[in-house]
Amino acid sequence: MLINIAKPSDLRESDVTPESVYLSRRRFMGGMAGLGAGLALSGRAGASADYSDVPSGDAPAWLKEKLEASRRRAIVPDDTEQDAIAPFDDASGYNNFYEFGTGKSDPARRAGDLETQPWSVVIDGEVNNGGRFDLEDLARPSRFEERIYRLRCVEAWSMVIPWLGIPLAEVIKRAEPTGKARFVRFETLVDPEQMPGQRSSFALIDWPYVEGLRLDEAMHPLTLLALGMYGRELPNQNGAPLRLVVPWKYGFKSIKSIVRISLVEEQPVNSWQRIAPEEYGFYANVNPQVDHPRWSQATERRLPNSLFNPNTIDTRMFNGYADEVAELYAGMDLREHF
Amino acid sequence: MTAQGKWRLWRGGVFLAALAPLLLWGWQVAQNAAGPEPGRYLLLNSGLGGLWMLLLTLSLTPLTRLTRWKGFTLIRRQLGLWTLAYASLHLLSYALFILGLDWAMLGSELVKRPYIIVGLLALIGLVALGATSNRWAMRKLGKRWKPLHKLAYPILGLILLHFFWGVRADLGEWTLYATASALIMATRLPPVARRLPRFRQRLADIR
Repeated sequence: MLINIAKPSDLRESDVTPESVYLSRRRFMGGMAGLGAGLALSGRAGASADYSDVPSGDAPAWLKEKLEASRRRAIVPDDTEQDAIAPFDDASGYNNFYEFGTGKSDPARRAGDLETQPWSVVIDGEVNNGGRFDLEDLARPSRFEERIYRLRCVEAWSMVIPWLGIPLAEVIKRAEPTGKARFVRFETLVDPEQMPGQRSSFALIDWPYVEGLRLDEAMHPLTLLALGMYGRELPNQNGAPLRLVVPWKYGFKSIKSIVRISLVEEQPVNSWQRIAPEEYGFYANVNPQVDHPRWSQATERRLPNSLFNPNTIDTRMFNGYADEVAELYAGMDLREHF
Repeated sequence: MTAQGKWRLWRGGVFLAALAPLLLWGWQVAQNAAGPEPGRYLLLNSGLGGLWMLLLTLSLTPLTRLTRWKGFTLIRRQLGLWTLAYASLHLLSYALFILGLDWAMLGSELVKRPYIIVGLLALIGLVALGATSNRWAMRKLGKRWKPLHKLAYPILGLILLHFFWGVRADLGEWTLYATASALIMATRLPPVARRLPRFRQRLADIR
């Protein structure tokens, strides 16, 4: 079933940033890492739908097929100037994935060998149709969509990324939640052999990494289970082979490399809330009025930026998706439920 | 080569080695090889560089005790000043590349992020030490110079606190620096300090 609702953030193909505009905002050269390597890689992914400059991965045939058959540009941002797509090298070379280390380039350096084929996901808890599903069986029934979302990190930086995936709602519906299901709990893979961050004895996170959503948040049409980005499958460092993308919440809610999805009665305690409950809440909705205790959330640095232009922009309520999601929180005190 | 020429060469070499990271980072930024947030790259690297310089500076006294080599003493002031230079670049990176010279934001940042105040205190301390590192100030301060320059110890503590406060999820890296700091400080405990020359003697005897 395809949920198709017209929202202010739904634009037509003709509204996509012309490549020239996009490129004019961007530096042309640059490398992911290393010194000499930077010069060898010229050319960046443009806004063209084919992402011809993005290195292709080695997705299994079924996934390639699904990715290619995606509905392109199903959701794109309205301000295509400010919300220009980040270059692939930045989106895949600069992110948090603590299972691979705490540095922003650690995931890109260390996630390369993560084994993502085969991959299965356990769906359990308050469902009638649970079990262990091969990734292919989980994803195949749904049509893939490309959605260009703003991703706002709780650390006050943000990027715009074109994801490919399926609405989480479709997967949950197929699992047939019982009447008791009120929340969805997600778990990341635990495999210290493959994930060096899980071997650190100084890590504050109690593995597995856990995230959660209220059932209505999980069923919201904007909530995506991503299997790809930039026209290809997810690079390992971005949460391959299956991750969540919840664009109106801080990035840490969008859990990576998911192995378990449980429908539950009680509100789950997510990993960051467990470490520092006064700093990170369950909801973690992007909210410029509620600061992190150690920094302001009123603004964000839109990346990539340059040395003398931090590209600081105002953070928007619900990361700019208020028209779509504000009603989920009607009557709630968002200062208390941060 | 004269002895004097040899020492000059040694100091020149240390100068270039201490300068090299700055040139490297500058080059990386110029080549767009410093990631999507070059300002933050410089901020983090200069801060860590400053901590390295301070730890190296504080290692020189125990190393001299251990080896009696004059070369270590000869670069102490230089490394101390490099600590100040890296710390200043750290603050400059913050003001230019993170704040974007938005001073209104500075006010709210200082309130929200107390670790910035801790870092600032450490930098003020380093400036005081830098300003009194020349011969004139040494003469002028006389006996008070040495206790003043022991401020380097509490400054190290402030820097570690500043670092600790910024950690989000893994204390591994911080623990390494804290351990190195503790070891370096331990060599100053009288019982340990007394034994360092004796330890050298024993090594010499074995040889």
